[in-house]
Amino acid sequence: MHYMLILNETAEDFARRMDPATTGEYWGGWNAFIGAMAQAGVIVKGDGLQGPHSATTIRIRDGKRIVQDGPFADTKEQLGGYFVIDVPDLDTALDWAARAPSALSASVEVRPVLPPMPAPGA
Amino acid sequence: MTTETARRAAEQAARSSYGRLVAILAAQDRNIAAAEDALSDALLAALDHWPRTGIPANPDAWLLTAARNRQRNAARARTLRQNAEPDLLLTLTPSDDAPIPDERLRLLFVCAHPAIDPAARAPLMLQTILGLDAARIARAFLVEPAALSQRLVRAKARIRDTGLRFALPDPADLPDRLAEVLDALYAAFTQGWDGLDTPDAPEALTGEAIWLARLLTHWLPEEPEPKGLLALMLYCTARHAARRDATGAFIPLAAQDSRLWNRDQIIEAENLLTAAARAARFGRYQCEAAIQSVHIQRPITGKLNLAALRTLYDLLVAHTDGIGARIGRAVILAESGDPTAGLAALDALDPARITTHQPWWVARHRIARLSGDTALAETALVQAISLTEDPATRAFLTAQGNASPN
Repeated sequence: MHYMLILNETAEDFARRMDPATTGEYWGGWNAFIGAMAQAGVIVKGDGLQGPHSATTIRIRDGKRIVQDGPFADTKEQLGGYFVIDVPDLDTALDWAARAPSALSASVEVRPVLPPMPAPGA
Repeated sequence: MTTETARRAAEQAARSSYGRLVAILAAQDRNIAAAEDALSDALLAALDHWPRTGIPANPDAWLLTAARNRQRNAARARTLRQNAEPDLLLTLTPSDDAPIPDERLRLLFVCAHPAIDPAARAPLMLQTILGLDAARIARAFLVEPAALSQRLVRAKARIRDTGLRFALPDPADLPDRLAEVLDALYAAFTQGWDGLDTPDAPEALTGEAIWLARLLTHWLPEEPEPKGLLALMLYCTARHAARRDATGAFIPLAAQDSRLWNRDQIIEAENLLTAAARAARFGRYQCEAAIQSVHIQRPITGKLNLAALRTLYDLLVAHTDGIGARIGRAVILAESGDPTAGLAALDALDPARITTHQPWWVARHRIARLSGDTALAETALVQAISLTEDPATRAFLTAQGNASPN
């Protein structure tokens, strides 16, 4: 089954990305995690995202675009990246999620990916 | 053969094999709700076929095959209709001699998965493995039936959609999940126990709980708590014959004729408790079994060892903060000469949980009597009687009102 690991991070986590004192440790942790998943051959796809300061959120209300600078909700944890992994069951997906550096400081949400939609008209 | 005989045979098979068959059927696609639907279809098919063809030599295997065919057809109907493959699936080819494996332990541990709503875990086990209906489970867990049904539906949807692993847990996860499984088995046992004297006695339920606990002790020989639970249940069943007199009246433990107790079960329970102690990991069920063991010693030593009971109840409250444990401890405090402390312990319990909790009022009556407060005892007794459903217990309590304190 395919699962998405939704990697949430705190403001402190995002700050550690750039701080010269912590950047090595920060990226080292992620590289080790991603390397282990790659080694196991479970990665389907995945990306890290720029921090929430770079987010732009759009809504259409009464036919008008409402553009807001910043993420859709102001919460303690923000999306920092995602991976889609192919593993036999939720338990294995949770085992991988538990190894993500952000599981220690923030959270990782694990969700099964919907199976592909049938082609229209099929 | 008559329809009536076939109906009884189908009901018998349903009662004895429900959880066994659901566990096998759900293991394939993790879809418990669909497994239950397929099984009820198979039972209907049995009612239709068996009067004509006779009851098969292995009814379980017949039901399993029929249910699997239903499952396959349902899956096929969902996915593809354009495929012109011949309809082989409707033909029933049950093998009469193939033994059916017992997958229930696996399903029990799946129901205890940490990714399932904690409040749904035990009810889910009772419904899917032991075939209890939602109304009865709701009563056992003191929740609204509608809310419970919703919770069960949600939990089954989660098991189906999230792809939970259908396997026994890793050693690291075992302790937590084992505790949940033991709690559910004990809940099933108590449910069966409370209904033992009703006309449609679900004796099967206490038997099933004991059987599953026995399976657990074999599967986890190093774990002390399954042994503790099995011992606890055996101590209780050992006294079954002694808890009613010839007229069906209730006899409290202290007044039971110990010659009516089942010696074999008591000896087995004592041995289990000793074996469990070797692991040197004390737990709730060993503690509850040890309390029963103390009670069982009374006819041998001639008196109840209240000091031992006090220690054990203190331990029990430390292990499980259950309302039952706290009430038991309060009564023992009073019985061993300190009714004031007993009453204080009772009154310290959450008022929201005790106003309709019959054992609390029974305990209050007993303790008030020990302290000589007849007025308080009388009020508590009236309340206890009004909360008692079982006629024999109600008659016993009513008689208490007329008796002098001992």
